[in-house]
Amino acid sequence: MFLTILILGLVLGGTYALLALGLTLQYGIARIMNLAYGEVTLAAAFVLVALFKAIGLPPLLGTLLIVPAGYGAGWLLYTVMMRPLVARSGASGRLEVDSILATFGLLFLIQGLLLVAFGANFTSISYLDRGVNILGVSVALNRLIAFGVCVVAGGALTLALARTRWGMVMRAVALSPGSAPLVGIDVMRVARQGFALGTALAACAGASIAMVQTFSATDGVVYTMKALIIVIMGGVGNVPGALIAGFALGLVETFVVTTIDPGLTLAATFAIFLCVLLWRPQGLFGRG
Amino acid sequence: MIRIALPLAGLVLLALAPLALSDYGLGLLIGMAGYVTLASSWALFSGHTRYISLATVAFYGTGAYTVAVLNEALPYPLVLLAAGGIGAALALLVGLSTLRLAGVYFVIFTFGLAELVRQLITWYEVTITGTLGRYIFLDITPAQIYWQLLALAALTLALTAWMHRRPLGLALRVIGDDEVVAAHAGINLARVKLVAFTLSATIITLAGAIASPRWVYVEPAIVFNPTVSFLTVIMALLGGANRLWGPLLGAVPLFLLFEYLSVHFPDTYPIFLGALFIAVVFVLPEGVLAGLEKLRLRRRPTTREAKA
Amino acid sequence: MTFLTIDKAVKQFGGLRAVDGVSLSLEAGEVLGLLGPNGSGKTTLLNLISGALPATSGRIALNGTVLTGRRPDQIARAGVARTFQLVRILPSLTLMENVMIPAVFGHRAHWGAAAETVARDALEAVGLGARAQGIAGDLLYLDQKRLELARALAAEPELLLLDEWLAGLNPTELQEGIELIRSLAGRGLGIIMVEHIMEAVRALCPRSAVMNSGRLIADGPTGDVLSDPAVIAAYLGEVEDA
Repeated sequence: MFLTILILGLVLGGTYALLALGLTLQYGIARIMNLAYGEVTLAAAFVLVALFKAIGLPPLLGTLLIVPAGYGAGWLLYTVMMRPLVARSGASGRLEVDSILATFGLLFLIQGLLLVAFGANFTSISYLDRGVNILGVSVALNRLIAFGVCVVAGGALTLALARTRWGMVMRAVALSPGSAPLVGIDVMRVARQGFALGTALAACAGASIAMVQTFSATDGVVYTMKALIIVIMGGVGNVPGALIAGFALGLVETFVVTTIDPGLTLAATFAIFLCVLLWRPQGLFGRG
Repeated sequence: MIRIALPLAGLVLLALAPLALSDYGLGLLIGMAGYVTLASSWALFSGHTRYISLATVAFYGTGAYTVAVLNEALPYPLVLLAAGGIGAALALLVGLSTLRLAGVYFVIFTFGLAELVRQLITWYEVTITGTLGRYIFLDITPAQIYWQLLALAALTLALTAWMHRRPLGLALRVIGDDEVVAAHAGINLARVKLVAFTLSATIITLAGAIASPRWVYVEPAIVFNPTVSFLTVIMALLGGANRLWGPLLGAVPLFLLFEYLSVHFPDTYPIFLGALFIAVVFVLPEGVLAGLEKLRLRRRPTTREAKA
Repeated sequence: MTFLTIDKAVKQFGGLRAVDGVSLSLEAGEVLGLLGPNGSGKTTLLNLISGALPATSGRIALNGTVLTGRRPDQIARAGVARTFQLVRILPSLTLMENVMIPAVFGHRAHWGAAAETVARDALEAVGLGARAQGIAGDLLYLDQKRLELARALAAEPELLLLDEWLAGLNPTELQEGIELIRSLAGRGLGIIMVEHIMEAVRALCPRSAVMNSGRLIADGPTGDVLSDPAVIAAYLGEVEDA
């Protein structure tokens, strides 16, 4: 029982970690609080399913197409929608409120488009749905593949942020957007990259969700909420923190689903959020 | 004098309107009165402080659901009282855990709150009571619902006007501008925010409770419809969330537009509304009233300098 | 009873001790210059007094009331007012409203006509009386500084904390500013002013304290302090205005 929760929880946590990683890039680097994040994730999931059903495109191949498409969509979204807000707010604190409002509108826009294009029904695909035995626990192969996708994408990004020159520039903007221009960093460009990369990760997480879970066009809020809570648990802008918190949430949720009641997963998420807010609002791994 | 007499005359006229209107017309008036209440009470807290609450329907739905559960057990006034109390308690819970912190925590908490309450009630009904869906049998006519909502809307506007003249209103405006200055001037930030948020949420809960008999059949997916939260925010923003009459000015035309779109474009109207919302944030971030004022000042550039 | 007592105040940021065991006291009506090179912990010390930052350890008390461990609004109501290093006004409010806030919520909690009188007097005192109904966001820099000072005065404080209030003024404005602060000192409130302009310190502060790397390295009559070898060593390499 314990081992089942551990393994299934970690597998689910992989998706959550990736989801949170994208959001923490958008909020930490681009300073955009994106409430439409879950809708972007769902859009990618729907596209993957549509490609699979219409032309039989294998989901793994679909993921390879969807991730760059997500980057492009994020780039475009930032250029068209976020950039004017950034320019308007200047040094004032207005960007946060403006981005919250604008992406709240975007949430309904994307949700409306998804409803028109894919309908309001629950969607899922059966893809490699056979069990694989890991340490005596039967795990569906599609879950393992989704987990693998998350580990590869999340791991590569974490390494790139920690080790490369490009990663250093990203982190510099996250830490201090005011002084980054002094060392010759084009903050707007980096912010756009961060936002686009965050969208690409959302698309990747969406693809992995599509391989495993049942979802509907109105589920976006739940994914956004989970990603936000993980980001806050890990400390805003803290990449390793988001990864650890993502796995932690996956474990807690799996625990609640298997031992208490599947109807209470969001309540469990909120309970964790409440604890973090009351106990360590700067995040479990933030500096206090 | 005219600032009190004119709204009062309008209120009397609106109160007499059901005598002259068809059922459809009365239905529209009920919707308008409801959304004017929601947008105005939302603005009561979020308008000045810039703490964006995305949880309107969490409270609205809680009010409606309270009536659905209690309507046969208690007399109507007590049901309303209970709804208000539950709404206030929920607001205190949210406020106490988030309003001591930066605004973004509040936004996030309210963002998921409606979904949380919906899932919790669904879980409770399915696993404990075994009934998903309840009926509201109350001996209340549409005109009576309308009068109650109209009274609540008038009360909200009067409360807002009164607050603007009291320290609480000034404190909220200062918090919206700069919380550090507010604290150093002696304002108890957490208490001011908590009081205003609880007031606002209680009114929203009452609006949900009063409007609920219109549904007859109630289940969580119906009363916790996120479109309500969305419409409330865009209405208040469009008119001008930091002005007394702004939310009303946004609520009336947007409600009519929403009615038209949802009848004629039942599938695509969320797309229109989403695009409209984004347009408002971009073009009229301070609302129509502030936009008009700016336009007038631009036409007569001397007035502002003379004033300064 | 001492007016203001600071006893072994410490503020730790991660590995850095920005304020490292500072003890200081002030008598009622005294004007103290708080000096030191950039990054020596002066503003942090003001932040500890006003409650903008919680102290890591130590004790600060005003008229016997302990301030440490309290929120900024409680400290403001205990009679402490301040200005900020980077001027902070409330841009969307009128000048009158800006200044009324501490009169309403502060130390003495007036409302209505009484609050307006306090606010108007404070605006008059800094020379902004004629523009009370203007919008604060429209003001020029010097007037924003005046407004911030008026706001601190309208709190009717017992202790006033000025964080480089004179910085960035031109020579004429500086003379006006010095006169303004001198007129306040005459009212009997205690003032601690962080200042780099030595001309102003010499003109206004009979007594000065100097900080370096979080510690207090000198405290005494301004003339003596400024000729103290330890102080000169701390400032060596720093550009002085005097």
